[in-house]
Amino acid sequence: MLTYVLKRVLSTIPVMAIVAVLVFMLLRLAPGDPAAVIAGDYATAEDVERIRTQLGLNDPIPVQLWHWMMQLASGDLGTAIFSKKPVVELIGQRIEPTLLLSLCTILFAVAVAVPLGTIAAWKSGSLVDRVVMLFSVGGFSVPVFVLAYCLIYVLAMWLKILPVQGYKSPFDHGLLTFLRHMVLPVMALSVIFIALIARMTRASVMEVLEEDYVRTARAKGQSEWKILIHHALRNAAVPIVTVIGVGIALLIGGVVVTESVFNIPGLGRLVLDAVLARDYPVIQGLILFFSFIYILINLLIDLSYTLFDPRIRY
Amino acid sequence: MIGWTRRSLLALVAMALPLAGAPTLASAEKVLRVIPHADLKNLDPIWTTAYITRNHAYLIYDTLFAMDENFKPQPQMVDTWETSSDGKVWTFKLRDGLKFHDGAAVTSTDVIASLKRWGARDGMGQKLMEQMDEMVAVDDKTFQFKLKSAYGLVLESIGKISSNVPFIMPARIAATDPFEQISEHIGSGPFKFEADQWVPGSTVVYTKFDGYVPRKEAPSAASGGKIAKVDKVIWTYFPDQTTAMNALIAGEIDYFEQPSTDLMPLLSAAEGVTVEVNDPLGNIGFARFNHLLPPFDKVEIRQAALMAMKQEDYLAGAIGDPQFWKTCYSVYPCGTPLASEVAADSIKTGDTEKAAAALKAAGYDGTPVVIMHPTDIPVLSAFTLITGEKLRKAGFNVDMQAMDWSTLTSRRAKRDPVSEGGWNIFHTWWIGADVIDPMAIAFSGDPAKGWFGWPTDEELEKARAAFANATSQEAKIAAGHKVQERLWKIGASGQLGQFFVPVAYRNNVKGLIKSPVQFFWNLSVD
Repeated sequence: MLTYVLKRVLSTIPVMAIVAVLVFMLLRLAPGDPAAVIAGDYATAEDVERIRTQLGLNDPIPVQLWHWMMQLASGDLGTAIFSKKPVVELIGQRIEPTLLLSLCTILFAVAVAVPLGTIAAWKSGSLVDRVVMLFSVGGFSVPVFVLAYCLIYVLAMWLKILPVQGYKSPFDHGLLTFLRHMVLPVMALSVIFIALIARMTRASVMEVLEEDYVRTARAKGQSEWKILIHHALRNAAVPIVTVIGVGIALLIGGVVVTESVFNIPGLGRLVLDAVLARDYPVIQGLILFFSFIYILINLLIDLSYTLFDPRIRY
Repeated sequence: MIGWTRRSLLALVAMALPLAGAPTLASAEKVLRVIPHADLKNLDPIWTTAYITRNHAYLIYDTLFAMDENFKPQPQMVDTWETSSDGKVWTFKLRDGLKFHDGAAVTSTDVIASLKRWGARDGMGQKLMEQMDEMVAVDDKTFQFKLKSAYGLVLESIGKISSNVPFIMPARIAATDPFEQISEHIGSGPFKFEADQWVPGSTVVYTKFDGYVPRKEAPSAASGGKIAKVDKVIWTYFPDQTTAMNALIAGEIDYFEQPSTDLMPLLSAAEGVTVEVNDPLGNIGFARFNHLLPPFDKVEIRQAALMAMKQEDYLAGAIGDPQFWKTCYSVYPCGTPLASEVAADSIKTGDTEKAAAALKAAGYDGTPVVIMHPTDIPVLSAFTLITGEKLRKAGFNVDMQAMDWSTLTSRRAKRDPVSEGGWNIFHTWWIGADVIDPMAIAFSGDPAKGWFGWPTDEELEKARAAFANATSQEAKIAAGHKVQERLWKIGASGQLGQFFVPVAYRNNVKGLIKSPVQFFWNLSVD
């Protein structure tokens, strides 16, 4: 097991290096110029050129890449061109809202979707099953921002029971204030994950319910409840855990729309702002960070399989 | 069946959400919560011309002179000043009690270092420094400008209202290379910047500077008493305009600096919200030709394009509600001292048929016209689409190329032929305060150092120099009109009219200052 973990951790290094080079090259190939954005609308071409030189953007691309790789090798993700803040500090400022939003969303989605999917599988073909599947289709079909605006309109603007926007850290403002600000974004964001996890749970549990050991358990007279929890759900957990893990990774890297609509200063908005401004060090640092998160979560998912399926060994 | 009244639904949801009624803590601290017009990306007002950085800097720095509501420079940090009879030596004395946020007194050395750094970057600053023999610190509070010859824009330069503003910083900070960003943000203005609370892309916090000594005069644009009437100003950047509007209506925010005009009907109808135009000069829309490349290297073809442009169509299409725009056939914003319609007939035609005839007479050979189309800025996107349509109707072979603004700003610096990434037209706007006189870089006719589009015209530069050297108001007006005449004659740019972006605020906010620039002193929250 330890050997497996070590191997997996070491294998991330070449992957990260390839990601780093690819990101660097893609950014340099894309149109747009941070110097032009920095210089402002009223700068002359001469001013822009001087800023390019000062930022090292006029150096040959291999030289720029070499400087960046050397910086990375010393554990430094660089400094933002615009704010002059270290990229690590920017990520540190933004990770809490994104992480907590992602975790709350997934926790809520799992709490709703796993029972729904299990019941739908158990009552396959029934009205309950059809309603769950209908909800699943709906969850996939409604864009997050449409749902978000509807929730804001009803719960914040009309009923005035929740705030429209903003993030309040539980560490600074307390748990209740934090949760009040999380309700709307979590509701908007979790619908698609509820749909996804419910479908996956339903399919996996249905498959397990067809297995011989379930038939044996039934023949031995075990209750349906026990069969569902102990046999079906546990053995169906591997694909469900995979979806949940990938969901967390997707959320950490991709909640741009939700963060924008609810004005949450998270990583999604940071990456979007950096792309629009062509803040190369921030984009590069963030993509590396997201890659690392994906790799880490995949590793944790793989390791968690052993908890659910004793046949899996590393 | 029971009807779903608002009250019953409210009760149901409140039961389902026990956290909903969580109380918020009241605070004795007076806080003004602001949605700024953009994200504050960097903090050095000399390094960048970004308006958001300028607004930030007005909170924390002060200026020697400042423009009043009549666009006249008034003393701000300066107490008294005098000029020698030949106009070559200017002596200034600083007010008593001026100090920086770190407690150090503001001295002549700080002033000179700050002006030197500003003079290396700003257009008007560069012109002033060209005229300067030397700047001398006579004592801690007195300094002198020794000029090579009398210059008509000394106070206008050091009192300019918009980017780059000659803000005064401690000498050790002002010693930073003008092309590098400063790393300390200490001024002598009415608010202090809280560096450790700055979250780029989200939040900026300013606290009242108790050591600030305001002037006695009432505030008038950038001049007069800068009295901080709140303990804190918090800027929260909202990337989504609808959310920003909702936050203002819900009372989570006090002041929304630039709501888009399509939100105006909702904001105007909202309870407890006031919408008003606070900037008397507004913005001036421009279509910029590239004078270096065909077909717009030919004046007759530029003139033909101008004939097709009709301000009403641009303003109605891009801005909408007529209360937020007006036509203006002056290169200087209408309502300012130099504004006039001198020689403006050529831009009033607005007729694509006449433009087509003029284009034919000019011998247009069908050379494609590449128009850069920024799809991420609604007003500019609309301007661009309208130009495309008008030029097509006039007979131009139009090639619209969609891109984001960031790509456009880098591509517009290219002087290469169109086949190698060059361009023919792009659109932008300038705030009125930035084109108030001929010294604006928008009007430059210098092909080497001029602004993107690079009109090549020596006569224009001579006319601008005459303005800079004019010392009486009459001479300045006459020189300004000469510049306008020349700009229209060479068809430097398309003039798309004047438009105004209102502010929206909760009714408990008082003390707004009418100005082209957003100021946060004198604002209170009841």
